[in-house]
Amino acid sequence: MLSLFLIAVALPALAGPFEDAVAKFANDEFSDTEEAIGAVATSGNPLAYPIISALQDGRLMADPDTKKVFVTGTDGNSIDAASGATVANVPDSASAVRLNNRLRRSVDAALGSLTLMSPDVAMRIQAARSVFKSHEESALPVVEKALAKETSRTAKAALGEARAAILLYKADASEVDKLKAVAIIKARGDQEALALLTDIGSDQPASVTKAAAGAIGSIQNSLAVWSMVQNAWYGLSLGSVLLLAAIGLAITFGVMGVINMAHGEMVMLGAYTTFVVQEMIRTRYPALFDYSLLIAVPLAFLVSGAIGVLIERSIIRFLYGRPLETLLATWGLSLVLQQAVRTAFGPTNREVGNPSWMSGAFELGQITITYNRLWIFCFTLAVFAILLAMLRYTALGLEMRAVTQNRRMAASMGIATSRVDALTFGLGSGIAGIAGVALSQIDNVSPNLGQSYIIDSFMVVVFGGVGNLWGTLVGAFSLGIANKFLEPVAGAVLGKIAILVLIILFIQKRPRGLFALKGRAVEA
Amino acid sequence: MTPHMLTRSLDRGATLFLAIVAACGILIPLSNLLLPTDSSLQVPTYLVALWGKYVCYAILALSIDLIWGYCGILSLGHGAFFALGGYAMGMYLMRQIGTRGVYGNPILPDFMVFLNWQKLPWYWYGFDMFWFAALMVVVVPGLLAFCFGWLAFRSRVTGVYLSIITQAMTYALLLGFFRNDFGFGGNNGLTDFKDILGFNVQAEGTRAALFALSCLALIVGFVICRAIVSSKLGKILIAIRDAESRTRFLGYRVESYKLFVFTVSACMAGVAGALYVPQVGIINPSEFAPGNSIEAVIWVAVGGRGTLVGAALGAVVVNYAKTVFTSGVLAPYWLFMLGALFILVTLLLPRGLVGTFNAWWEPRKARRADDNAASAAREDGISAPKMAE
Amino acid sequence: MLTKSTHGIAAPLSRRRWLAATAGLMLGLASFTGASAADDTIKVGVLHSLSGTMAISETTLKDTILFLIDEQNKKGGVLGKKLEAVVVDPASNWPLFAEKARELITKDKVAVVFGCWTSVSRKSVLPVFKELNNILFYPVQYEGEESERNVFYTGAAPNQQAIPAVDYLMKEEKVKRWVLAGTDYVYPRTTNKILEAYLKSKGVAQDDIMINYTPFGHSDWQTIVADIKKFGSAGKKTAVVSTINGDANVPFYKELGNQGIKAKDIPVVAFSVGEEELAGIDTKPLVGHLAAWNYFESIKTPANEKFIKEWQAYTKNPKRTTNDPMEAHVIGFNMWVKAVEKVKSTDPDKVIDALPGIEAANLTGGVSKMLPNHHITKPVFIGEIKGNGQFDVVWKTPSLVAGDAWSKELDGSRDLIGDWVEKKCGNYNVKTNKCLGSGS
Repeated sequence: MLSLFLIAVALPALAGPFEDAVAKFANDEFSDTEEAIGAVATSGNPLAYPIISALQDGRLMADPDTKKVFVTGTDGNSIDAASGATVANVPDSASAVRLNNRLRRSVDAALGSLTLMSPDVAMRIQAARSVFKSHEESALPVVEKALAKETSRTAKAALGEARAAILLYKADASEVDKLKAVAIIKARGDQEALALLTDIGSDQPASVTKAAAGAIGSIQNSLAVWSMVQNAWYGLSLGSVLLLAAIGLAITFGVMGVINMAHGEMVMLGAYTTFVVQEMIRTRYPALFDYSLLIAVPLAFLVSGAIGVLIERSIIRFLYGRPLETLLATWGLSLVLQQAVRTAFGPTNREVGNPSWMSGAFELGQITITYNRLWIFCFTLAVFAILLAMLRYTALGLEMRAVTQNRRMAASMGIATSRVDALTFGLGSGIAGIAGVALSQIDNVSPNLGQSYIIDSFMVVVFGGVGNLWGTLVGAFSLGIANKFLEPVAGAVLGKIAILVLIILFIQKRPRGLFALKGRAVEA
Repeated sequence: MTPHMLTRSLDRGATLFLAIVAACGILIPLSNLLLPTDSSLQVPTYLVALWGKYVCYAILALSIDLIWGYCGILSLGHGAFFALGGYAMGMYLMRQIGTRGVYGNPILPDFMVFLNWQKLPWYWYGFDMFWFAALMVVVVPGLLAFCFGWLAFRSRVTGVYLSIITQAMTYALLLGFFRNDFGFGGNNGLTDFKDILGFNVQAEGTRAALFALSCLALIVGFVICRAIVSSKLGKILIAIRDAESRTRFLGYRVESYKLFVFTVSACMAGVAGALYVPQVGIINPSEFAPGNSIEAVIWVAVGGRGTLVGAALGAVVVNYAKTVFTSGVLAPYWLFMLGALFILVTLLLPRGLVGTFNAWWEPRKARRADDNAASAAREDGISAPKMAE
Repeated sequence: MLTKSTHGIAAPLSRRRWLAATAGLMLGLASFTGASAADDTIKVGVLHSLSGTMAISETTLKDTILFLIDEQNKKGGVLGKKLEAVVVDPASNWPLFAEKARELITKDKVAVVFGCWTSVSRKSVLPVFKELNNILFYPVQYEGEESERNVFYTGAAPNQQAIPAVDYLMKEEKVKRWVLAGTDYVYPRTTNKILEAYLKSKGVAQDDIMINYTPFGHSDWQTIVADIKKFGSAGKKTAVVSTINGDANVPFYKELGNQGIKAKDIPVVAFSVGEEELAGIDTKPLVGHLAAWNYFESIKTPANEKFIKEWQAYTKNPKRTTNDPMEAHVIGFNMWVKAVEKVKSTDPDKVIDALPGIEAANLTGGVSKMLPNHHITKPVFIGEIKGNGQFDVVWKTPSLVAGDAWSKELDGSRDLIGDWVEKKCGNYNVKTNKCLGSGS
């Protein structure tokens, strides 16, 4: 197919068959579209690439009445797909040509062959990877030609792997070539390489089969190590989510002794703030979308923090010294807040999008790290560091610690304890709101959002030791990592049960958590 | 229990409460069964089932008040004992279905048949016998509470820590019972019951009898709680609630007292669950949800902690409010009302309905009382507790 | 066990108070029962959660029924009487479902109830409907293995959703390896049991099937998505059949999108993800993943376009989506109206007997029929997720599929049928010619 295309490039484009093929896009039948893709890709017409890439992006419009097909460009200009002539505007009756998964694969294959010689390095690498996956014999000459011309090292490696994959599966390739191919694929060392080697079949020379078996073994070993690394990363990532959810609680519950059952709702309010910010940006300033989270973070802090102060002033302050009663009042409050959000925003999930810098993933060795998890991890650590610094180095932090340690003494020293109480509760709630911004990126934004985190948050704080932020940090990461190492062994449900049982047993051993506060105030 | 102990443990408020429960337990079933359905005094079966449910909740609330109000143990996992008792009863009821299940399998419950279980798991053995199931209703929650309490109280886990690990316990059980592999019917739980002791569970007579039985259980539970809290043991419990360390230094083995009362309370919750299941017709893992346990604690707080009568009253009031609010025009707003109720009660009536009433009533009563000594003795049992924290 | 009173003065007072309290209680109870049924309307019960975890899905169905009743009343109601909706909130609390069902039937005297979403809520109310002999229309796809006299199942049985979807993947996508991922409750368990048996009967090896269960509301999908990726890179075409429930779907799809699992590599076909669920996600990374339903909002038929227009006008929200369970309620409601008009009565016994055989147009251009097993005939569509949160229908069954109450793939139910017309039995064994169990 590719060689055909290369020959065809030299010849003048043939008008008839190409136009017929293009017209087939307008039939709205998957089988016709597939034929059209094949015909256009092999036609050698310079319009082939624009047409097929437009098809991939949903920019190929077809008018079922006139059978005319148009390519709408990203810049808003449109051309007639058959002739290449610029058209003023696409008729209203035209709609985008539909695709299904099989067609998407055909499109990819067609684009892969069309782009092996692309001037863009990234595109060449991608094309080489798709050839590696399909390892079609017919692509060999083009791959070799591209390899000879290639200058970029990464692209060269990718093309070399693609060539090796083709040779390994080519029936008449020499034994030496095949052994070399096995070595190259072994060096690649990932799941796909493993799949390729596992699947070579029995009609290979004995030496190749043996080499492949050896390669499989070594890849499996290295993958086993990588899977440990992967679990550790997943554990850290889960731990950072737990920490983020729990850190606000560590302040309201740990420092102030208020059992705030409405903590989850503060998180939820933060997530809804993100939603509102994104809605505003979508309708008014779409260009700012990538900054939506940066705008949402301070707003969420203010919204949840202000509501926190309001709650403290109107309810909590009457309940100091009666921690278990704060539990009851805040439980009632959480019901009210949930229902209020449900009334205001509706009971269904709300869409909060990922900005581009939080979408996708990158490969680190043999593991995939998604950007949103990575950013949440960094964000959590940053929040933690800022909070710690605030408690240690600012006047408010000093006052907070003083009030926590000895309220009456602090009051005698002239600290306005009730103001500090309100600000502390506001701080804890505000941080919960920030957590909501981050959680909106990985979870549902629904009125039930907070409920799913409240129990876990309490476990983290209690496990780490009430009143100690470092304890919360260590608690969150140990629970996250333990959970992720248990999950592959025991399954998600049993893993979680095991963690809960471990916490119960751990508390017997250390009744005040991992990092217990010491001193007389504790026993009171 | 000697008559002397009984009289000492029951004051007028308690007697009044018992009388009302007994009256309901007798009059409601009689009115339901004997009066014609068009009579305005006839209690329809629907209400009998509903009030039966409330009474079971009242027993649960009583069991929580016993440990929280008198011993300062705040369990946020008492729903677990309630649900375990319920499951024990549910398993008996499942086995009674016999060949009347949809697949007609004489041994296996329906959910096992369609998930291809070949034989009955060992822990289902014996539940075809009522006496065994009835024993398990008390033994399983009691044993769990004993083991849990033995560990927790011995290592002096107290206050918030204890509350959170009880929550962890019920949450772990919730996840466990959700699993279909555990053989308790997963999320659907146990349902579609036919008979209890040979009587059709849906028949009006059975419902009335179950209601009367629930009232009886409430009375017995109440008397037991009163007997405990007004005995010497009860005084020590209150001492533990108010000053645990001091009690320990005085030479009392605090953990043994706590363990005893915690286990008794769990058994009571189990009985409540067992009576609840045949009246409601289903038991499933959502009963283990931590939210349910918190709600049960709130009933006690609404009614008045450390008053026993208040706990039962709180359970009935809150659940009645829930029933009323969730129908009709109020339905979209009922969570606002329920939430507001919790907040307002905590803020304005920290002693709960009964506690506030007592605080208002006691001084007046004391003025009229001709026997000051008797009044003082009573006061220990009723006065609103100081927070143990 | 009365106290020996130490208060001479207070004793009579106490007795009087006691009497008064008891009488008050009885009066309160009696007033609660006060019949409120007016004879000029027919009451229709709506039993959907408006709060709690299931409100997310069920609130729309409540609105649907209110909308349908409104439309019917505009046409003059039924049997010359207006319909009146009685809405209650069972609050996603299963025992409360039973309580509310009892209240609707006994206190409000409704003629029919439309309600429930989860299997457990249906199981919870089932004994109540049997005892009080009323009618429940259940609009959600479910695990099957049930056929009750008082319940009409207008959602899909497994053979109307799961099996056609797997067939499609085998034929069109040439899938050889299968991941069956679900939330750990009865619907996924049963569906996966059925699918496993079905796949094996089609020659799929045990090694090529991976089954995974997660708890409700699972939100950390990193490990499982990585496992799926690993499982899918073994050289054979792989697909995921997802019976993951409601809330857990959003994080699942987000993780899929972020880990770069594209539909063209490993397609995911879901049975519980519809237009409502997608409204909460950015669907661009998910384009091409599949869902199997009996209705899609994007299907272009005059009936559907009219319905969507009127629905959006009724809810005063031009963006309000429609979905499969809503269509099930539309069909169920119209069937009930037709049956009532046929027998000229709302008496449950008569309506139950009249319903099998009743036909009602569905919104996708066909005519659904109530079968003797109380399930209905439905078309099956496979849709691909589009970038705008809607579905593009890529395949449909040539004709309507009859719902099987009992799966042919499971050992326990292979010989069972439900037939309420001739056999008067929901679980009739055709081998032994016996109605199993109590038969009710």
